[in-house]
Amino acid sequence: MSKKNPNYRNSFADKFTRWVKGDYDPIAGQMEMNAPDKEVFGDERIRYVHLHIVKSNNYSERMFEEGLAKNVRRFTGLYKVFGAIVAIFIACLLLWTVSYLPKFGDPNAPENNEVATRYIEQGLSETGAVNIVTGMILDYRAFDTFGESCVLFVASCCVLILLRVDKDEDPESRAIEDMNDRHYEPRNDTILQKVANFLVPLMIVFGIYVVLNGHISPGGGFSGGAIIGSGLILYLTAYGFEKTQRFMNEKVVKALTVGALTFYCFAKSYSFYTGANHLHSIITPGTPGNILSAGLIVYLNICVGIVVACTMYSFYTLFRKGGI
Amino acid sequence: MGSFATNYEEIAAVLLFVIGMSNLVFQPNLLKKIIGLDIMDSAVYLFLAAKGYIEGRTAPIVVDGILDASHYINPVPAGLVLTGIVVSVSVSALMMALTVCLYREYHTLNIDEIMMKLRKEED
Amino acid sequence: MAFVQNFPFFCIILSMFSAIISFVMNGRVAKYIHVAMVTAVLILSLATLSFVVGTGESYTFMMGHFPAPWGNEIRIGELEALMAVFFSLIMMLSVFGGMAHIDREVQDSKKNLFYILLDLLMASLLALIYTNDLFTAYVFIEINTIAACGLIMIKKQGRTYVSALRYMIMSLVGSGLFLIGLTLLYSITGHLLMSPAKEVLEQIVAVHSYQVPLMVIIILVTVGLGIKSGLYPFHTWIPDAYGYTTPSASAVLSSLVSKGYIFLLIKIFYRVLDFDSVISSHMVNILFVFGVVGMIMGSVAAIKEKNIRRMTAYSSVAQIGYIYMGIGLGTTAGVVAALFHIISHGAMKSLLFISISGLTEVSDGRSDYLSLRGAGLRNKVAGAAFTVGSLSMIGMPLLTGFISKYLFAAAATTAGSKMITAWVVLAISTVLNTMYFMRTVLTLYRPVPEETHKAYTVEKSRIETAAIIGMILLNIGLGVASQPVIKVIEAGLAMFG
Repeated sequence: MSKKNPNYRNSFADKFTRWVKGDYDPIAGQMEMNAPDKEVFGDERIRYVHLHIVKSNNYSERMFEEGLAKNVRRFTGLYKVFGAIVAIFIACLLLWTVSYLPKFGDPNAPENNEVATRYIEQGLSETGAVNIVTGMILDYRAFDTFGESCVLFVASCCVLILLRVDKDEDPESRAIEDMNDRHYEPRNDTILQKVANFLVPLMIVFGIYVVLNGHISPGGGFSGGAIIGSGLILYLTAYGFEKTQRFMNEKVVKALTVGALTFYCFAKSYSFYTGANHLHSIITPGTPGNILSAGLIVYLNICVGIVVACTMYSFYTLFRKGGI
Repeated sequence: MGSFATNYEEIAAVLLFVIGMSNLVFQPNLLKKIIGLDIMDSAVYLFLAAKGYIEGRTAPIVVDGILDASHYINPVPAGLVLTGIVVSVSVSALMMALTVCLYREYHTLNIDEIMMKLRKEED
Repeated sequence: MAFVQNFPFFCIILSMFSAIISFVMNGRVAKYIHVAMVTAVLILSLATLSFVVGTGESYTFMMGHFPAPWGNEIRIGELEALMAVFFSLIMMLSVFGGMAHIDREVQDSKKNLFYILLDLLMASLLALIYTNDLFTAYVFIEINTIAACGLIMIKKQGRTYVSALRYMIMSLVGSGLFLIGLTLLYSITGHLLMSPAKEVLEQIVAVHSYQVPLMVIIILVTVGLGIKSGLYPFHTWIPDAYGYTTPSASAVLSSLVSKGYIFLLIKIFYRVLDFDSVISSHMVNILFVFGVVGMIMGSVAAIKEKNIRRMTAYSSVAQIGYIYMGIGLGTTAGVVAALFHIISHGAMKSLLFISISGLTEVSDGRSDYLSLRGAGLRNKVAGAAFTVGSLSMIGMPLLTGFISKYLFAAAATTAGSKMITAWVVLAISTVLNTMYFMRTVLTLYRPVPEETHKAYTVEKSRIETAAIIGMILLNIGLGVASQPVIKVIEAGLAMFG
């Protein structure tokens, strides 16, 4: 019956039969199946290998010839014994302490005092956040959390100092970085791209969901931001830098980070200032349970999410090719 | 010495802390040092999480309008762990970046070899 | 609440905000922002200091709408305001003094990041000074550590990477121990703010429960912060870290970063753990021993060192030993001496590091003794500055170092059995200081034939000269008019309790 079909050739069933027989390859020509040709890299690659591998071998050979390693070996034994003694001492000290601490899961332990009680019993009415932990870190202890965002910020500044390669200053290492990236980047890998097409929107939407619902369910800026960041990283891995840099380049990352942190800074300054001076604050908790409730918490969560997502993404790109 | 037999979580956390710390200090390999650092930090978070737990209670997210402190565990350690995780992410990223730079400069991950090469440069 | 009482909070937020905004600026604008920020912090802190001295009592400032055991807080007393004034002053002078070096040694595209690090360092130091919350202290300790690591490796050479790595490893061990100490403290008191935690601890001490955890907490917190501030057996990262980075960064690192941790330690001793229980745990005796050993060993290592910047860095080890010896005496007078030495060592060390940069500049950029011969004649301002700094370190009257040593010696008289040891070690350390600093000064003024260094003319930078003169004046001022400062320290310490 089916053989009478004039469109049988190139139909799905035909392709399937031929695939079973082995004379048709559905992904031929669409995916990179062999190792990249050597000409693609040519001399550059040899130079790269020379720079990173051959040279290092020479180094270590020379070092062993000079017999410097003997000194190290002599000390290593002593060092190990010393290390073990110190570690055992600290372990015993801490175990001894643990044995005097309150029992695990004890409801009468000292830390379950009026602080935790107030967070639970009045947190909802004072901050408007159903998730008490979010209410605690973004309202009661917001200064800590601002410091924490600054830790991320300062770490990304340090990584920028260490790893960013600037075009104008050092063309040689720039070229090495580019080559390094091209060498490891899967070029137009169909499987990866198809999976990314499916997963990236899902991850980013889920991340946004987690960020926006930080005050009414488990989640918040940090976890949501990390999910969005990993979505961006997956997109980058599948489609390469050229496509990603259309919407996530250095300017965008910088603007987003600075904008989010500035908003955080001003919002919290306002609430610290009014709080300490006993002024009336225009920020109200709203109706608990709504998306737009809990005063500033939802906006602060968005800011934190942006900062975390940008930082994760820029960490990845900096490590991979020395530039955002 | 009353609670030594009941504080399994704390004991595990303390042992992991010491393992992580001795890896951080005494391992010559830089990557293993970073792994040690992460173990050490996670151990502290385990300790905090164990401190926050109260037998038979649920996570501190208000459900069905129950606002009774005897229904939820202590929310403070959870917040501290959250803050701590972010700090340790930043520190690990910084250490990784330093490791990358050191590897480019000296072509080895072994801190002893790096020190020897440094000394040779000086001479 | 008077408007002045908001100023410490403004200082912290201002320095954080200038760091954030510098991220999108270029290096030059970031520099102006930094200078404006530090000047503003200095002025605001002076206003705070005069306000607090005027009222004579401390106050707490809620960070948010919730009072003590629930929300974050900062606390402002005379001592905190004084430290903020000096830290911002020394920061300003150090950055001005090394401005030309920063322009030369930091890549253009990374200058704004360098100033971000300095801004955040200022913010974290202010937060460490003012904080009344232990976990806030931990977060800002980490900011301080990461920013300091950035300052160490800003020159991007292999050697600076190694020193940054060693610094990070030691610091991370320190913060790990501090954090687990904090966790234990939380688990026996249930509070993270200092004042409520102290109240609970007083009850605990009164009924003799949790004695072992309390002792271990004291050990962990002290050792953690001791490692981070470079106490003697954990000092191995100091010479590398201070020795090879850009001069402003060296000055800031040696005179401010490690002092922030020591100040926090003193604060925790007084405001959380109760100094009496620290004394009865014998932790002060251990600090005394390590401090004394550090004083001697640091000086001995400095004598052996041929590189003048590393020598000055080893001298920092010895000076940190002085501070811990002061704390270790276990008396209020000892702590007052230690706090005064925090300020005076900051003034001396920043002067020395900045002047060394001027001296190496005229000696082919080398910093060993042989090349430095006659450098004081080639660059007269830097030579004079180094001489003043050295004399101050040795303890010449009319300079700030003398007052520190006098205070330490006077504090030792009331310390009972530690008196003789403290005096002997102070004397030995002074002799050793004299040996290496006078040797350096003599080298600097030994005439050499003109031809050897003719190509190197002194690069006249008015702003650096002004900063060096400012530091010299600070050293003399602290030496001549030390009484008001000591009075403020004593009053502030009394407010701590």
